Amino acid sequence: MNMASTNMPAFSVPVAHAGVSMAGLSEKVSIRNLDFFYGDSRALKSINLALYANKTTAFIGPSGCGKSTLLRVLNRMYDLYPGQRATGEVMFDGENLLDPKVDINLLRARIGMVFQKPTPFPMSIYENIAFGIRLYERLPRAEIDARVESALRRAALWDEVKDKLDASGLGLSGGQQQRLCIARTVAVKPEVILFDEPCSALDPISTAKIEELIDELKQDYTIVIVTHNMQQAARVSDFTTFMYLGELVEFGVTEKIFTAPGDKRTQAYITGRFG
Amino acid sequence: MANDHTLKRFDEELERLNATINEMGGLTESQFAKALTAVRERDTAIAEEVIADDARVDALDAAVQEQTVKLLALRQPMAVDLRVVLSSIKIAAALERIADYAKNTAKRSIVLAQSTAPAAAVAGIDRLGRLVRAALKDVLDAFADDDVAKAHDVWNRDEEIDQVYTGLFRELLTYMMEDPRTITACTHLLFMAKNIERAGDHVTNIAELVNFRNTGQNFGEARRKGSGALYTTDTPA
Repeated sequence: MNMASTNMPAFSVPVAHAGVSMAGLSEKVSIRNLDFFYGDSRALKSINLALYANKTTAFIGPSGCGKSTLLRVLNRMYDLYPGQRATGEVMFDGENLLDPKVDINLLRARIGMVFQKPTPFPMSIYENIAFGIRLYERLPRAEIDARVESALRRAALWDEVKDKLDASGLGLSGGQQQRLCIARTVAVKPEVILFDEPCSALDPISTAKIEELIDELKQDYTIVIVTHNMQQAARVSDFTTFMYLGELVEFGVTEKIFTAPGDKRTQAYITGRFG
Repeated sequence: MANDHTLKRFDEELERLNATINEMGGLTESQFAKALTAVRERDTAIAEEVIADDARVDALDAAVQEQTVKLLALRQPMAVDLRVVLSSIKIAAALERIADYAKNTAKRSIVLAQSTAPAAAVAGIDRLGRLVRAALKDVLDAFADDDVAKAHDVWNRDEEIDQVYTGLFRELLTYMMEDPRTITACTHLLFMAKNIERAGDHVTNIAELVNFRNTGQNFGEARRKGSGALYTTDTPA
């Protein structure tokens, strides 16, 4: 009988990435044939990936799969260490950011990073943010004040600290410290923000606040997040990248990855069956 | 379905859920078969059994709901596990409906046993019932074996069921027009036919769900419906 129930699909599942039109999305960062070496050890193998503007992309995978390495390539964090090198291309607004001629300080202002453990400077809350601004720009005090307030508001911290801007950043709770670090990153007006396990040291409420913040921040920034927490990846990201043994195994729309992944290894990992 | 979660308890809970569905499927199949026997043999005792045993199917349905809620809350299933849990809820609901149709058919068979129904029409009900019963058996096998090809075959067979139903519908109308004394019995038979046909629709839904839980996809193509003519020619505009 032509009842609705028989013709209804069992469940609606988003179509595979391969079939998804990426129309309307612009590539903020395009990674092409990227390899990365720690000395002789090849940690990333021919990575090809697009990071879309104003979207959140999550990198997931077991420890040692290369997801943090990939994140660190994106703002040349590896330059701090001898013996580490990347080959291939990471195009960022038409420029290969692996090019040795790239101004790394400027790059890190444009591609900011928030680390696993909150890393406030041992100075006042105000100075934690103003410090970064002064590194890149010479602004009158009033403008710096405005920028500090705006950054704290963006990081959903203003209401909690507005009466104690001169207090030490180290006196804040872990969740507040992490939001202070986000404010510090936002204050220098980056285009991309990299989050490396930003909630791993935080309680669930602080985690929820950071996740809400990430959701808001993507209006203005392109966001990349490395996380071990799969539910977090599912909650905050638009796209998910699964990595394993230095390879990019699968990239797709997050809903698709978490309901019907295309690759058996992705499925094994996200369902907790990993060998 | 692939096993061996790092967390063994998770596997055990999924296995238990599958076992509950299998048990529910077996019981529903038996209820459905007994309801057909009650109609065919005019066996009131079997009909009473079907009516009484419906509570057992309902209890298994409740057990599935409980187990799936627990799995969702405590294990946060993803990908294939998520599909297993979601499809289990829907398969249990479909089985519960099929068992309800069997119960309703059994109830009507008791009334029917006291009247004179055209033997050919009763045979028609049995023919339709056997098609649905076979489809139910196959879809439950497809579920137990994760056999997507078999599920697809069952899914395709709904068209035949619809066609047989349409034929039976017309046949019953003819009997009633020929001899108004058969109207009461034929009306019961019409409702039975409708029940059985609806049970067939739920079997089709289960086939779709077996495919979904295994592949994450739906059977895409639209199936031609065999009973559309009922609405275009027999129903007054």
